[in-house]
Amino acid sequence: MSRVALVTGGSRGIGRAIALRLASDGHVVAVNYAANSAAADDVVEEIVAAGGTAIAVQADVGDTDAVSAMFETVEDRLGKVEVLVNNAGITRDDLLMRMGPEAWDEVIETNLRSVYLCSRAAMRGMLRSRWGRIISVSSISGISGNPGQANYAASKAGIIGFSKSIAREIGSRNITVNVVAPGFIETDMTEGLGTEIADEVASRAALGRLGRPEEIAAAVGYLASDDAAYVTGQTLVVDGGLAL
Amino acid sequence: MNDNQEAEPMDRTEIESKLTDLLVDELGIERDDITQEAKFEEDLDVDSLGVVELLMALEDNFGVKIPDEEAEQITTVGEAVDLVEAKLNG
Repeated sequence: MSRVALVTGGSRGIGRAIALRLASDGHVVAVNYAANSAAADDVVEEIVAAGGTAIAVQADVGDTDAVSAMFETVEDRLGKVEVLVNNAGITRDDLLMRMGPEAWDEVIETNLRSVYLCSRAAMRGMLRSRWGRIISVSSISGISGNPGQANYAASKAGIIGFSKSIAREIGSRNITVNVVAPGFIETDMTEGLGTEIADEVASRAALGRLGRPEEIAAAVGYLASDDAAYVTGQTLVVDGGLAL
Repeated sequence: MNDNQEAEPMDRTEIESKLTDLLVDELGIERDDITQEAKFEEDLDVDSLGVVELLMALEDNFGVKIPDEEAEQITTVGEAVDLVEAKLNG
């Protein structure tokens, strides 16, 4: 069944793969981006070229007014958001002793406040429809912790507690709320860490390699599908067996 | 859905009957149980999320905007009618 899906941070990396996957599953997709409109347009073009429907919509998802405006645009152009994928995320890694308040606030705002704002905005339509899927992208860092990522890990762990609470709040209305926690995935975000770290992480994963964005998108596609109708409040770890 | 309906003046009886229809259709409440004095949570077995949903339905169907502070005050059917009446005709 075709639904209206909104993917935050959908222009690059894992978000891009999720947008493409949801479109190929038959959903109409709004691709949110913060700054890189060219990348978002590319995703939209790729979806349209494959026969799907998509739009790009700019918004800083940590900002209250920007999120309201984004939902207004998406609802006007595509209809009520039925599948929300909270994917937007940034890193500002540093040791805690060197981590200033800005690095903390920026990460919490973009990674966690955005999940609150977008979920709340999407919920109205979902309650009225008595159907909805909220899927948020966390991280293995939020489960196992990671040195240099106190801010990032806190935001990603926060997503899990948030999702479990909301799952209980709105489960009776046929809205499911789940989390996908990727391990080390080959994206721009992880590229900066260098091949040495990548090789070391790959060797620790049971599957002996890094993950691909499409492999995270597949998990999101499942949680958005009718097959996952009875799954809620869960965190699906997709990390190649990194944290066992 | 009349999501974009403009707010128009309406008499109290009309508001009551429209609200009753909403309670029956949207929240599955028995028509016979609905009185002006009936409390949503205690008498009509509407949970707290149900009250939130009712207020959203009021906004959509009557074309009014109900701020959260005012929404929190509503506990009975009559109070909901009062609020809509004040918004529409005030």
